[in-house]
Amino acid sequence: MDTREVKAIIEALLFAAETPLKSEKICEILCLERGMIATLLRELVQESESAGHGFLLCNVAEGYQYRSRPEYAEWIRRLGHHRPFRFSRAALETLVIIAYRQPVTRAEIEYLRGVESGAVVKTLMEKRLVKILGKKEIAGRPMIYGTTRDFLEFFGLRDLSGLPTLRDFSELAPDALEGMLPLADEDSSAAPIETTE
Amino acid sequence: MSCEISIDKFEGPLDLLLHLIRKEEMDIYEIEIAQITRQYLDFIDAMQSLNLDIAGEYLVMAATLLQIKSRMLLPVHEEEILEEEELDPRAELIRRLLEYQRYKDAALTFASLPQLDRDIFLATPLVADVNEEEGPELEPVSLYALVEAFRDLLKKAPKDFVHEVTAEHLSVTERIQTILNRLQERPQLPFSDLLPMPLVRSEVVVLFLAMLELVKMSLIKIYQNQRCNEIWLSPAVVEADGLSAISEDSFGYA
Repeated sequence: MDTREVKAIIEALLFAAETPLKSEKICEILCLERGMIATLLRELVQESESAGHGFLLCNVAEGYQYRSRPEYAEWIRRLGHHRPFRFSRAALETLVIIAYRQPVTRAEIEYLRGVESGAVVKTLMEKRLVKILGKKEIAGRPMIYGTTRDFLEFFGLRDLSGLPTLRDFSELAPDALEGMLPLADEDSSAAPIETTE
Repeated sequence: MSCEISIDKFEGPLDLLLHLIRKEEMDIYEIEIAQITRQYLDFIDAMQSLNLDIAGEYLVMAATLLQIKSRMLLPVHEEEILEEEELDPRAELIRRLLEYQRYKDAALTFASLPQLDRDIFLATPLVADVNEEEGPELEPVSLYALVEAFRDLLKKAPKDFVHEVTAEHLSVTERIQTILNRLQERPQLPFSDLLPMPLVRSEVVVLFLAMLELVKMSLIKIYQNQRCNEIWLSPAVVEADGLSAISEDSFGYA
């Protein structure tokens, strides 16, 4: 098997996989050493970036996956097959707190947000973005929450260390932070997360 | 003028406070508590006069503000200075506000990240039939995932509306035998294959208990494919004769 063929096989595997494919899994299937696979994957990622196709090979959720290029989103939406999540501010704030502070209890989330957050956490769990990690060994043994693999896939993150860096504020941010998130429509602000019809 | 603000615009008292402080162009480290408290209370009054429910947390914050205000009025004793690091009664509130602002900022960042099914799309493969030989990719299940899978099954099973109550003997031991027999035919077995069709609620429960008993006795192992929540059973390596000792009573389900 020459390198070109191995590469083609990796492409075929990635094409057929349902979820992001880990490089370990590819090594296992091909019985080849990790260093080689890693190099080939890196090359494939670079090639897909420069090839100008409508899709990219992305490193998400500790694996590799073909995804459509974001700039063509509008065209794919016209297919009408996909129903995107609509995040409310409450849902996004809560999700972000869980992502950065995990493992985190509900009480900690509520202290940080200043509002009751049970319902929002539940919705995030139903959407499989958040899961229960276990119980904290303190009085009352409260549940502790963390983010899921689906969360990484959803936002196209490689792993948790790939979370955008939290900005440190020593003072109030300018008014840019004021007001609504760009995506939260007025009409959808009532429900935490909605799926559009 | 603050009456024009609608409460829906804010995610909670911290958000509202951030707004008020910013509007007054105050330095966050030098919040004028009296002024902010007045505005905050005006806001709550306005909401109440519109007959809107004020969530409890807004009232808690009002109380906190008043408490900070009163502590600032009291003279500070010297021994207290030694005991308490924080001289400024506002310190905790300031910390919370800044911390909250960080997450609010991060939420904005996340909102603009490309999201699946909104900005980025996947080729959606048909859900392939699981290869009987190989079985799906399995991972160890956590207790919570197991409970969730059980709940999903219960949801599918119609609730029995029974008028006449008849004593139905459901034997866990019998189900244990069934599961073990089935596992001799196949090395891996999805839990749903064990269930009678159409689903009967009580059957689901008894089978689930039987499965848990088998796990407890280390006779089988269970795994779960995270995505579709199916529970997979496979035999654990163990000598089979331990089974004869099982009697219905030992489980306490009778």
